[in-house]
Amino acid sequence: MSGSRTSGSTFVGMPAFPEAAHNAVNNPTLRGNLRHATHTIRAKRADAVAELSDWAELREAGKQIKDHTLRHLDRYLVELEASVTTAGGTVHWAADGDEANRIVARLVQETGESEVVKVKSMATQEIGLNEALEAVGVRAYETDLAELIVQLGKDRPSHILVPAIHRNRGEIRDIFRSEMGAWGRPAPEGLTDAPTELAEAARLHLREKFLRAKVGISGANFMVAETGTLVVVESEGNGRMCLTLPETLISVVGIEKIVPTWRDLEVFLQTLPRSSTAERMNPYTSMWTGTTDGDGPRAFHLVLLDNGRSDTLADEVGRQALRCIRCSACLNVCPVYERAGGHAYGSVYPGPIGAILSPQLRGTGSAVDASLPYASSLCGACYDVCPVAIDIPEVLVHLRERVVQGGPVTRDGSKVVLRPAKGHGAERVAMRAARWAFSRPGALRAGQRVASRTRRLHPRSLPGPGRAWSATRDLPPVPAESFRDWWQRTKGGEGGAQ
Amino acid sequence: MNRVDRVDRVSSRERVLGRVRRALADVPRDDGTPYEGAVARAYVAEHGDRSVEQTVDLLAVNLADYRAIVHRCAAADLPAVVAGMVAARGAKTLLVPSGLDPDWLSATNAERVPDRADSSLTELDRVDSVITACAVAIAETGTIVLDGSLDQGRRRITLVPDHHICVVRVPDQVVSAVPQALERLDPTRPLTWISGPSATSDIELDRVEGVHGPRSLEVVLTFNNPFPNPL
Repeated sequence: MSGSRTSGSTFVGMPAFPEAAHNAVNNPTLRGNLRHATHTIRAKRADAVAELSDWAELREAGKQIKDHTLRHLDRYLVELEASVTTAGGTVHWAADGDEANRIVARLVQETGESEVVKVKSMATQEIGLNEALEAVGVRAYETDLAELIVQLGKDRPSHILVPAIHRNRGEIRDIFRSEMGAWGRPAPEGLTDAPTELAEAARLHLREKFLRAKVGISGANFMVAETGTLVVVESEGNGRMCLTLPETLISVVGIEKIVPTWRDLEVFLQTLPRSSTAERMNPYTSMWTGTTDGDGPRAFHLVLLDNGRSDTLADEVGRQALRCIRCSACLNVCPVYERAGGHAYGSVYPGPIGAILSPQLRGTGSAVDASLPYASSLCGACYDVCPVAIDIPEVLVHLRERVVQGGPVTRDGSKVVLRPAKGHGAERVAMRAARWAFSRPGALRAGQRVASRTRRLHPRSLPGPGRAWSATRDLPPVPAESFRDWWQRTKGGEGGAQ
Repeated sequence: MNRVDRVDRVSSRERVLGRVRRALADVPRDDGTPYEGAVARAYVAEHGDRSVEQTVDLLAVNLADYRAIVHRCAAADLPAVVAGMVAARGAKTLLVPSGLDPDWLSATNAERVPDRADSSLTELDRVDSVITACAVAIAETGTIVLDGSLDQGRRRITLVPDHHICVVRVPDQVVSAVPQALERLDPTRPLTWISGPSATSDIELDRVEGVHGPRSLEVVLTFNNPFPNPL
């Protein structure tokens, strides 16, 4: 059953994180691009957040709204379905990515069209919708600038907000020059790497596609249960084009994107733009409720996507990852992401949030998913900036425990017991030995004394399976006398230490 | 839709809802607490304490900060200001929603193109400029919101042309912050929130203005004389 879940064909066969990161770290262009981009946005985000005196209260309210919704998700899903239907939309349910892809393919085929325009959407990336549409003869055009760069460059996304963050302006110009012609209007003659010229080239290239498109496909940032309203937050206007010009609109949205009431948007419309692009407000936000006579698409389909979300919801510690509003602030502050880049995470969700989301949505069966909980130094910067206060380090540690020790998890809606992962044998032996020693004071004391007396003979690195561990760490020096011995000898330091 | 599809859909709905319910086995079922009590909303309705005039000033500052061009004029001068903008742009054609106050256009000679359901997108793409009113404007974020009323038109008319003129009646249509704007808006209408002209941060996470939407946004803050006195 676990094989039934689609994870986006572009990531099949990814090596484990350490191996993939190793290649990225040795690529100076990539490291330079990432360092420049993440440092630019980091300082700006801090300024945008500092403008709001009640940031902590907004963050807490956002956390509580999402937690409440998740804890009553069944009720709000039913309410949303009713509101969307009343407003003129059609609601479809998809238990996994394959099912969502089949539904969308069928809806597109029913229109008789063979091409669609797409708003940037994490959910459709996650399920590999473009590839599924291609298999039935439908061409999907990405219209977000960064997605366009990725699509034209036959590349993979490396950032939630800016999927082409790993590309600098020179590389983007080269991709536009060599690839645009094969997809439609070629890049203008003499295109330089000035960002304004690159944006203009994308405008010209995509405009003919917008004007003739009959089907648009989107995700959504929020769905309001009480009103049936969907919200898409964007910058370029490509979202507005796809949401309003076509005759048919299909939105594929994860079931966790619900908020209960219209009023709840007042929290997230303040925290999301500042967290993601460091703006007081993003240039364009579209809100639509079903269909409107004479304005915009005549048919609206909402595909509600589970694809591992209900499994994630079953984990009492891990479910907080479903609060995520995909702002990407955690990527931009993460020292590991800054050096390893997004591709090493082997998922459309890179960075700290990806390290806790991918192994929960997909399970820890593959090498890359089992390694993701370790793709962190646990510094906690991600938790500090998260606008819905997801305690990412807490979930990382929880998932590490699950990988090493195994235990009960939910996969595809069924409870299964995971066996302890291979490759952590030495760690388990060491931990068992430590437990044995710590619960026997006499043995601990004898061991500490031996260690102290032989300390000049200790090697600087560990032999055998421990070598990998000590290759990047110093072994702690052993003191001449243990604390317990010192305490007993001096009666707790009375009469002066030593 | 054939019968098999229908059966499939019903069962997927039940499958997803069943999984969600089993996943929440640890959560006490609905205890009847109203939603309003479930979330602590300790955040403020607006940031800072401003007079009406200061709120309008803040709107102007924040609009300009995101590269909108801001004009201020008394209602009586609006036709001349509109004519000036259209002339400065060199616009020959002007898209006009059906319910726009005709006085606003009384001083311009640009050819009016009505907002019609059967206009083709190619026709709209050839229009030089569009002029609309708005539903509400938010000072703290420099945002104007359109709700598809007759003086604002269909969503596409403010999207396809490259130049958008938006008239805001101050201070009536201006609120300080996002929560107050949501209170005024009707979620059943199609809403477009606009904060500056189209932009992107996709090249090296640095903001560049001008992608698919109008690359020029001009906002006119118009007031009835005399402007409300802060005293």
